[in-house]
Parts: sequence; structure tokens; C-alpha cells
Amino acid sequence: MSIYTLGIDVGSTASKCIMLQDGREIVSKSLIDVGAGTSGPARAIEAVLAGAGMTREDMTFTLATGYGRNSLEGIADAQMSELSCHAKGAAFLYPDVRTVIDIGGQDVKAMHIENGAMVNFQMNDKCAAGTGRFLDVMARVLEVRTDELGTLAAQSTKRVAISSTCTVFAESEVISQLAQGTDKRDIIKGIHYSVANRVSGLVNRIGVQDRVVMTGGVAQNKGIVSALEESLGHIIYTSPLTQYVGALGAALFAYQKALKMKQ
Amino acid sequence: MAKQVSPGVLALRKVVDDVYADARKAKAEGKLVGWSSSKFPCELAEAFDLNVMYPENQAAGIAANRDGEIMCQAAEDLGFDNDICGYARISLAYAAGKRAARKIDWSKEDGYVINPATGKPLKDENGNVVLDENGKPKKDPKTQTPFIVLEDIHEIEALPEGREKERRRESIQPYRQMRMPQPDFVLCCNNICNCMTKWYENIARMCNIPLIMIDIPYNNTMDPNPENVRYIRAQFDNAIRQLEELTGKKFDEKKFEHACAQANRTAQNWLKVCDYLQYKPAPMSGFDLFNHMADVVTARGKKEAADAFELLAVDLEQNIKDGTSTLPFPEQYRVMFEGIPCWPKLPNLFKPLKANGVNVTAVVYAPAFGFVYNNMDEMVSAYCKAPNSVSIEKGVEWREGICRANKVEGVLVHYNRSCKPWSGYMAEMQRRFTADLGIPCVGFDGDQADPRNFNEAQYETRVQGLVEAMQIRKETME
Repeated sequence: MSIYTLGIDVGSTASKCIMLQDGREIVSKSLIDVGAGTSGPARAIEAVLAGAGMTREDMTFTLATGYGRNSLEGIADAQMSELSCHAKGAAFLYPDVRTVIDIGGQDVKAMHIENGAMVNFQMNDKCAAGTGRFLDVMARVLEVRTDELGTLAAQSTKRVAISSTCTVFAESEVISQLAQGTDKRDIIKGIHYSVANRVSGLVNRIGVQDRVVMTGGVAQNKGIVSALEESLGHIIYTSPLTQYVGALGAALFAYQKALKMKQ
Repeated sequence: MAKQVSPGVLALRKVVDDVYADARKAKAEGKLVGWSSSKFPCELAEAFDLNVMYPENQAAGIAANRDGEIMCQAAEDLGFDNDICGYARISLAYAAGKRAARKIDWSKEDGYVINPATGKPLKDENGNVVLDENGKPKKDPKTQTPFIVLEDIHEIEALPEGREKERRRESIQPYRQMRMPQPDFVLCCNNICNCMTKWYENIARMCNIPLIMIDIPYNNTMDPNPENVRYIRAQFDNAIRQLEELTGKKFDEKKFEHACAQANRTAQNWLKVCDYLQYKPAPMSGFDLFNHMADVVTARGKKEAADAFELLAVDLEQNIKDGTSTLPFPEQYRVMFEGIPCWPKLPNLFKPLKANGVNVTAVVYAPAFGFVYNNMDEMVSAYCKAPNSVSIEKGVEWREGICRANKVEGVLVHYNRSCKPWSGYMAEMQRRFTADLGIPCVGFDGDQADPRNFNEAQYETRVQGLVEAMQIRKETME
């Protein structure tokens, strides 16, 4: 009989779920664009179960991760940090991964992986610069959608320097560039390099080793990925499942725990 | 049942209480009371029988009593930038006469205005939480505390004698650190941090009192350079001359030698206590060492401190013999905690460690305050060595030595917003720990005194990540 496990990643800006069959096959997945402290987690769980036509009782083990992981009492059987889960998920998709970079809604993580497991990591300090929230703030000022940033940056002809030290100061720089009539696409490219500089400083502290994989929603932004590749001097791999990597890792850990339970 | 406190710990608590009480008494009798940086040669002051208080230790106590924020803000209102060390801000506000006080209920003859947000839930005789008419838990009035407001002792002292003056005096928070006497002189040694120099200059100017300064150059070499030792030795001689002038007394060599002997005894016993963390399981939490720092700082040159540490060592030896520990949970992982704790958030700091069975078995304070010397030059050299005044190579050697001896499996680094020099070199040290010891090292943001710089959720994630990385390493090694 198959073992079904559920991984729930309650982030600060989105809730993601992955259902796995026997720790190998993705049966269902869901994503709701709001995270911890909202209806997001409940809606994401409902959607992932509906997608597979299953109930919570069908799950042998459910594991929660992410910023809101402790809020799922009575739903999740265990919880683990998003660090280990992103590492686990990335190693499932790319077995030879050595470095994982995750830009989340309010934090940035760089993980060093050995034999598919996280052995060390670095996280950002108490500052929003370089995070997903930083990009959201900039997109709002530029009156574009966050998911348009990558495409627009690709059309840029020159790069504008934007500060990487503070979201608020960077926002005023963007406003002043707009006031001077600078092309939005060039400003966006500058923003991407600003994020890349901030993140690469963190990644370099744990030592970059190939293969480098980027996870999380921000990895969908090709502009950020290429700016980071340039800054780090390494090729960065991203998966179409990038937003789900944390939830995937949680579902994989849930499978390991389910097997242990059976023993 | 109330937690059993060992005789050694009780003795240590009494030592610090007595130091504060003696200083209050001395002040009331019109004697001189000084303020000193934590690693000023206390032996010099002891030779003159001076009562000395320690603002760093005081600020840690104020922060742990949750009054760090109001005092830091008071300093900021005086014009000190919030980038300045939290201890310095608390101390400068205190020196300016600012005090955290309970809000007086002027509508009554006596008493304070209770903050409804404080207190624990009220329980009935069966231990069930009592609910109010809205179905919310009722607060146990015995555990509720008043609102805290800022007071000014100069304003109070300017009032005419009477009930108002009396009530405002009484309203000042009753714990010892908020009742420390104002200084008549300051003793500053900048070995512990460069920020000390300006901090103490400001106090001296604010209170119009003498400043006795000993400048310790940063050590680029592994051991102090002989030229620096001569430079500092000359400053010791000058400090003695200044103290003679201040007190009108001659330097008493006998008393000085006695203080040196006691300081050496305290250091030896302190090192012994620190070394017991090498045992598995450790007979105590390394966090206890942070609490005992109060004794090392305020009473290093006193016989009572040396005796109390001796007593604590006996308690711990018994624990080791019995295979017991005062740690309130089973020890599963051993880590080094790097930096000063976030005093205002100590319970929040401890909670995820306890939940994951993590004991702190190494802190850098052991070598930093456990120094033993045989003559004046060795004493001078000993005062050259403090976490922020030794070279990065020496700092790495200290820490890696403790990590190996105390068998740590990971490092938790506090990037302390208050302590720029200490946090500044940590990124490189963290890299070295990982490379040399092969253990995971994790940093978190916080502050030693200002609670505004700590985020509990971020800290918890980092601790959990560290535990998961240590678990993987353990499994791999097995």
C-alpha cells in the first residue's frame, strides 16, 4: 500500500503544499498567495487535498515548515525549519547540489549541502534589503507587477546603480531616478544587481560550490538569477517547481518520518 | 516546589548584593563611590579601600529587568545616537539622573497604576484558569506590575521636602541596579572596548568628576608587545598617583598585594568552574556563567568572591561525581554561545535551546576574565587581553581551544547591534570555526540591552536550523 505524505510551507507571503506518494511522486500541489497569519495555509491544504481527491486522514505524515510552521498545531505531525526543507527539496531535484540559495519574502538563506543534507547555512541580518519584500516594494514604486520585473530587466540597455544597504533608501533612490526620467527597465536592472550584491555577500560567506541551485519564488525572476550568476561567477539552476521546494522538502522529511513510524 | 539553589550560587548572589549595599552605605556616609569599567585593574581601587560600582554589570541588570528600552530611549532623548552601545546608553541616561520608575497613582494615598497587560492568568484551587465575563482569562493581581515611566532624580531632589518628594523617590524601581549611587569619580580602562573612552569621558563631564584613564592599545601580536607593557605600566603608576590625590591617602602596598592575591584566587576558581563545562553532561548551563560574571566583574579582588567561587566549584564537583546537572533539561547538544546574551530577552533566548536539548557549554568569558599573574608586568599583560583588544588570531585560538575542550557540536553567534567591534570580526571567526572545527556556525541578530533589535521568530528559525545541521552531522559521524 502506498504512503502519502504532505509537506506544508507556510511562508511570510505565500502558503505552499506538496503531496507525495511513497516519497517519490508528486501527486498534488497547491499555492495560495498569502502566508502566515492569514487564511492561506488552510486554503492551500484544502486545495492540495482536493487536487488529489484525498482527505487529511489519508496522509500518513504531515510536516510543516516556513515562518508560520508553528501555527499548524493539530494539522501537522511535526515541524522543521525551512532551511533543512529547502535543502532537502533541492537535493531531490538536483542530487549533486552543493549550494542552495533561497530568497524568501523576508529572509535570504544560503545553505551548504553535503550528500543531500544541509551542514551549514547563513541567513540575512535584520534588514529587508535583498529579500522578496524588497522587490515587492520596488515593483510598487515602479507601478509594475513583481512577476514582470524579469522580463522588463531583459529589455534594459544600461544599468542604474541602486543602493543595496536599505530598502527605504533604495526606494528613495528609485523615486529620484524616476523623477529624473530614467527608463524603468534600467532601474529594474539596477534593482536586480542591488539584490544580487547583497545576496552574493551572504552566499560567499558559506563558500560557493557547484552545483548551485536557487529555490523560492524569487528564482522565477530571470533578471535576479542572471545578476546573481554574474556576481557569484557560477551557473545557477532553477526548477519549474522553485516555489514548492520548501514544501517538497517537508513532504520528503514527512516520508522519512512515516517510514520510521512503520518500523 | 521551589527550585533548589546551591550554596555556591547563594554565596555568589550575596557577594554582589553586598557590593551594592556597601556602596550605598558608603555614599550615605559621605564617602567616595566610583564607577569603573569592567576590566579596569580593580586591585588599585582595592588598595585604597574604595567602593566601586560597575556600569556594564549594572546595565546588564537593568536590561534583564526589562528597563533597557526606557533607559536607552532616555539617552537618545539626551542626544546620544541609537547606534551607540546599549550598555553605554543605559549608563549615560543613569549618570544624567534618569531612572525607570513605577507610575504613581496620585488619586490614592499610596500605590501605583497597574499595567493591565502584565500578570499571569489567575487559577482556581483546582489549577484551572479563571475566566472573566467576556470569556477571557482573568489576571492574577499578585503577578501584575505597574506601568514604568521615566523619572529624574535631579527633579525629585529639587522638590521641597514632603509626601510628593517621598513618593517619587520610592517609585524608582526597587532592584539594586536602579538604586546604584551616583559616582564621585570614574575609572576607565578601554581594554574591554574602545567605546569606553568616550562613554566615561561623557560621565566625567556630565557629573563634573575626575576620570582616571588607562589606555590599552589593540594587540596586533599574539602576546602583548613589551613596549605596550611599559606604556601601560607607566599609566598604572600615574593612576596610583591620581588615586592618592583623590583619596588623600598613600598607596598601601600591603592592601594592594592582598587584593592581587584575592583576584588571582577568584580567577583560578572561576577558571575551575568554567572548566567543569568540559564534562558530559555538563554539571550546569553555560548561561549560568553569564550570571556569575556579575561576581567576576564587581568583586574580583575580594576574598568573598574567591570563597564563593570555591564553594560553587565544590557544588559542581559533587554534580559531576553524581552525574547530575542543574541544567533543567537533558543535554542532547553542546554549543558555544558567542557574544554577550540579549539580556532583555533571556527567556526567549533560552526557550528554543531548552526545547531542542541544547546546552551552552562554551563561552569566551572564561579566558577573558580568568587571568592569573605573578608580578606587576604580568598583571599589566593580563589587562591587555580582553575580547575586543586581542588580535583575531588570539581570539580564534581562545575560542577554538574552548570549543575543543568543551566538546561543542555547533556555534551560535550573537551579532550584537550594541557591540560593533565584537560583531564586526565575527563573520571571519565564524568562517574559521567552520573550516577548523568542521561544525555548523549560525548567526542571529540581537542586542545586549536594547530589546528593539531582537526578533524572536528569526532567532527560533536559526536555532532550529542549527539543531538540524548538528543532528545531520551526528548521524553522519555515527
